[in-house]
Amino acid sequence: MEEKELIKEYCLRLGDNGLILGHRLSEWCGHGPILEEDIAMSNMALDLIGQARGFLGYAATLEGKGRTEDDLAYHRDAREFRNRMLTEIPNGDFAVTMMRSFLFSAMAYLHFKALTKSKDETLSGLAEKSLKEVTYHLRHSSQWIIRLGDGTAESHEKAQTALEELWMYTEELFETDEVDTALIKSGIAPDLSSLKKEWMTMVEEILYKATLKKPEMNTYQSKGGIKGNHTEHLGFLLAEMQFLPRAYPGTSW
Amino acid sequence: MNTTLSIDQIWKLLHSIPDPEVPAISIVELGVVRNVEFTDADVVITMTPTYSGCPALKAMEDDIKSTLSKEGINSVKVKMVYKPAWTTDWLSEETKAKLEAYGIAPPVGRSSDQLLPFATLKTKVSCPFCKSENTKLTSQFGSTACKALYYCDGCHQPFEHFKCH
Repeated sequence: MEEKELIKEYCLRLGDNGLILGHRLSEWCGHGPILEEDIAMSNMALDLIGQARGFLGYAATLEGKGRTEDDLAYHRDAREFRNRMLTEIPNGDFAVTMMRSFLFSAMAYLHFKALTKSKDETLSGLAEKSLKEVTYHLRHSSQWIIRLGDGTAESHEKAQTALEELWMYTEELFETDEVDTALIKSGIAPDLSSLKKEWMTMVEEILYKATLKKPEMNTYQSKGGIKGNHTEHLGFLLAEMQFLPRAYPGTSW
Repeated sequence: MNTTLSIDQIWKLLHSIPDPEVPAISIVELGVVRNVEFTDADVVITMTPTYSGCPALKAMEDDIKSTLSKEGINSVKVKMVYKPAWTTDWLSEETKAKLEAYGIAPPVGRSSDQLLPFATLKTKVSCPFCKSENTKLTSQFGSTACKALYYCDGCHQPFEHFKCH
């Protein structure tokens, strides 16, 4: 693959993470457990969709076939999406939503921090911007994990269940392939696998404060989001997210 | 670019455009306008977003175009850059005073204080109404991406805080 093509692929991964998790969080809009939290989740959704616009817009430019960020968001099918599977897992209860944001934001925080040093100016700029936002998301979600885990017997149980349900998608957050290998070599992308240890330390720190028990390391782990392999949930998400632009192509309001 | 206006005059015009969500300050004071230049055919305004998903960006772009069009400048290009990333460190003391007078507690401290996600923030946010420091955070997210919600235990008023970012 040419370098342009590699960076485009890399941008799809980052953009799709933001788009899909942003869409999931937006599903809470109007359904939050309290008003402040409803607003918080909508705000995080906005940040993530904004980040997606940046990365997908850059991907479309690199592709150079006249497609736009909207074409990439609304006119690709599930197998063409490159997001990590964790981002597409349904909201479940509030504990699942916050645990998903916590596990994901901790990875995104380390990833963007490393990506600010990219030799690609656009990527490092987008990373610098996104880093500030995910730091905020990480602060917010980690505080909730502590409150839920170290809260009542019921909230503790829900947080523990959420952690166990989502754990099988955590290894995949760090999955890499030949795209990473090539971009690491040219100084454009950081080595994701080298960030895993730091991620684990961060996660353990919060789980300890939350009195939650980290699941066994050898549990089954799902893989393949970056290759377009997804859970059955993504198709349903896309059906809702893409309905309007597909039913009424070119529509605007 | 065919206009009698100078770059400085264009900056002045931009200075007259209020932020669509916090109209007490202008888009220039907010720091989102990074550069103004002439090319052969256009006026190019370089902007940077406050937050990636800020919905006010489109409104700002439209406001810029309509303001300049009233001065006869119709070929305006708005270019978006991400680097350097927008920070509240760019807000002047004067701008912060305007925010406070408008009822929004201005950002406290430096952007670099915010980099550690698990550190406890020690900054005290003063109530914009009674100036009491006896305030507490109600929610890290507010009515817009750039604000958080606080409550003042001094005068028992809820208020918004322009987050340090």
